[in-house]
Amino acid sequence: MLTDMQTLELIKQGYDKAVKPIQHRIIICAGTGCVANGSLKVFAALKKEVEANGLTAVVTLEECNEGQIHLSKSGCQGFCQMGPLVTVEPEGILYVKVKAEDAAEIIKTTLIDKSKVERLLYVDPAHGQVCHTQKEIPFYAQQKRIELGDCGYIDPEDIREYIARGGYYAARRAYAKMTAQQVCEEITASGLRGRGGGGFPTGKKWALTLQQKSDKKYVVCNGDEGDPGAFMDRSLMEGNPHRVLEGIMIAGRAIEADFAYVYVRAEYPLAVERVRKAVEDARALGILGADVFGSGMAFDCEVMEGAGAFVCGEETALMASIEGQRGMPRPKPPFPAQSGLWGKPTVINNVETLACVPLIITNGPGWYRECGTQGSPGTKTFALTGHVANTGLIEVPFGSTLRKIVFDIGGGVTDTTGEIDPDAFKAVQIGGPSGGCLINEHLDYPLDFDTVKKIGAMVGSGGLVVMNNKTCMVQIAHFFMRFTQNESCGKCIPCREGTKQMLLLLEQIMEGKATAKTLDTLQTLAEAVQKGSLCGLGKTAPNPVLSTLNYFRHEYEAHIFQKRCPAGACKALAIPEISAELCKGCGFCAKKCPVGAITGERKQPHKIDADKCIRCGACAQACKFNAVAGV
Amino acid sequence: MCSSCCNAQQEQVRRFEKVCRILDKHQHNPSRLIPILQEVQKEYRYLPEEVMAFIATSLGVSPAKVYGVASFYANFALKPKGKYVIHICEGTACHVKGSGKIKDALFKKLNVTPENNTTPDMLFTVQPVSCLGACGLAPVMTVNEEVHGQVTPEAAMVIIDEIIKKERN
Repeated sequence: MLTDMQTLELIKQGYDKAVKPIQHRIIICAGTGCVANGSLKVFAALKKEVEANGLTAVVTLEECNEGQIHLSKSGCQGFCQMGPLVTVEPEGILYVKVKAEDAAEIIKTTLIDKSKVERLLYVDPAHGQVCHTQKEIPFYAQQKRIELGDCGYIDPEDIREYIARGGYYAARRAYAKMTAQQVCEEITASGLRGRGGGGFPTGKKWALTLQQKSDKKYVVCNGDEGDPGAFMDRSLMEGNPHRVLEGIMIAGRAIEADFAYVYVRAEYPLAVERVRKAVEDARALGILGADVFGSGMAFDCEVMEGAGAFVCGEETALMASIEGQRGMPRPKPPFPAQSGLWGKPTVINNVETLACVPLIITNGPGWYRECGTQGSPGTKTFALTGHVANTGLIEVPFGSTLRKIVFDIGGGVTDTTGEIDPDAFKAVQIGGPSGGCLINEHLDYPLDFDTVKKIGAMVGSGGLVVMNNKTCMVQIAHFFMRFTQNESCGKCIPCREGTKQMLLLLEQIMEGKATAKTLDTLQTLAEAVQKGSLCGLGKTAPNPVLSTLNYFRHEYEAHIFQKRCPAGACKALAIPEISAELCKGCGFCAKKCPVGAITGERKQPHKIDADKCIRCGACAQACKFNAVAGV
Repeated sequence: MCSSCCNAQQEQVRRFEKVCRILDKHQHNPSRLIPILQEVQKEYRYLPEEVMAFIATSLGVSPAKVYGVASFYANFALKPKGKYVIHICEGTACHVKGSGKIKDALFKKLNVTPENNTTPDMLFTVQPVSCLGACGLAPVMTVNEEVHGQVTPEAAMVIIDEIIKKERN
């Protein structure tokens, strides 16, 4: 039991002793992305090669081991697209796109010959510069990784390593040296704001819950990251689960709760497994239990797997789900701080928010405020995806510009073939189905909670989907509307019926069946759903529509009045065409056309009459030369 | 004939035995309904109606409540699923990188629809999902637990063909 103040130090000493004989540490990324690309095979191959070269490989560090090479798996390192990633310490050499077949060369060249495998090093496509270590890669060099710092370095399944790197000291300080009031004050002073979307000040939320008098209080960690296009919570839970758990413990101290639920999305089986293991390991060491750090206070945790409902990201719906009900939200007030799980005061925080907490308690609120802006201190993790050269998970101080993120870190916008195209930037969708679009004129705005809100979008959970000029914005609005319509729980009418009608209107626009009145109806309806819905899901569901209507009204109008999709993406509005170059004049297409829209002389290029064409696609199927487009 | 009907009875008993064990583990607590259904589904790969009725009686709640919860969440299946469950990600990143085409190709290839998403031979179930959280590899599809990144419609067809080939042998 960790009742005495020395025990964390003892674990650290033991770990440091175990690390001492290690000459090299090889870190293999075992995040979902790298595993999909075969990183576990790379791990096995590296281990075999280490042994084949007469070196001792250790996977689990035991005290007084005789091993020379420590092979460890880490959580997501963020640069998913270049995976599998292999780092060799202490040199810090980073190899990208490693295959199992490369293992022999890596071991021989790096460990035996003390050199580098040049062909596996990252080459910056913009400048052609070869990057030897992670720090030299522009994708990493431009970031400030505080929350993600250890994620992607440490072994997420080894609690001792977390402790050896200073873990659980903040929880110990909070339990043994601080009052609940003091914990709330420190977090309030740091200005930490909720990362789940709303940006509510965390310290204030805790202080409100602390004030409530109750025999039982709960902490809920919201890991139901449902926002399509965001995966930072997943990476944190997979890559550094103990940091999240420590944050949960401190939240428990702050509101005087003795129990927490961690609600993890069911689509994240690895995160469920890692957080469960973290809880068990912490319990085995007595970090969780009846007497936390000798304070006399109890704290324990249960991991709950979600069952697949986006609305459960909403706090009252999430609580209903933990209670075993359908995950439907209820009106607020009463707020969870007053009446939450089973009617008891409850504090609900997002994974990323909780992961910041131990850092603030350790380093102080002043340190946290050193980066970020006045209103949004600290850093934010974004999932950078879509038509951008470097996709992955990035962390930057609040207030960084979109230009820096997309062009410096992301390496620029790509066209549909994946090549960098400096003119292809169209928009960035921020905040998922609740957010909106940022366009060219916003590239130099500081990204923080308040600025983004003013532009009509929201930071949300931090999904940034970059879109190039071949993306149809009506389709994007339709995509999000279909998502929210699908996920609407059906409790309140504005959301249930409103999203359905908006979806139909968007379909009409995409199919060229809309009239001049459609846009007005869409706008009115969007505003009504925004005002009338019960919970955050409905209130924000119209945002993508309103935001695209605001910045890309001309695209909507082109669909309606000219029956044309400017991006050439809407199938129903495509103009059927036979390429004169490819057409051999075989006449197959004309024979297949059920409406006689195709004409032409034999052995001469044929033509389609767009007015007669019903876009059935029969001609394109019949054509052996791929000459038909737009049907 | 008798042996087959006895077998059926034994099968029934065996079924509920497992459910009973799961219920005992959760102390027949109605607020544990979701974990109970999850564990039951792990056993049977879906939630048979009679099992849901049995759970309701054991927990002292109405079958409607159990059915209500089971039908609310996307991960509960009320119909049996195929041996290979294919999830095709429809998240934003996958969508802009063309996951729709992969979905269409899979539906066409396996001759299934969003409503009838399991092949008659019970080999495949195709299920579009909102986001698998592997956006860096978009577009993504998973076959059971195995993740495939940067998939094209052609690559998806190869994956399916390989499974069919494996199953035939």
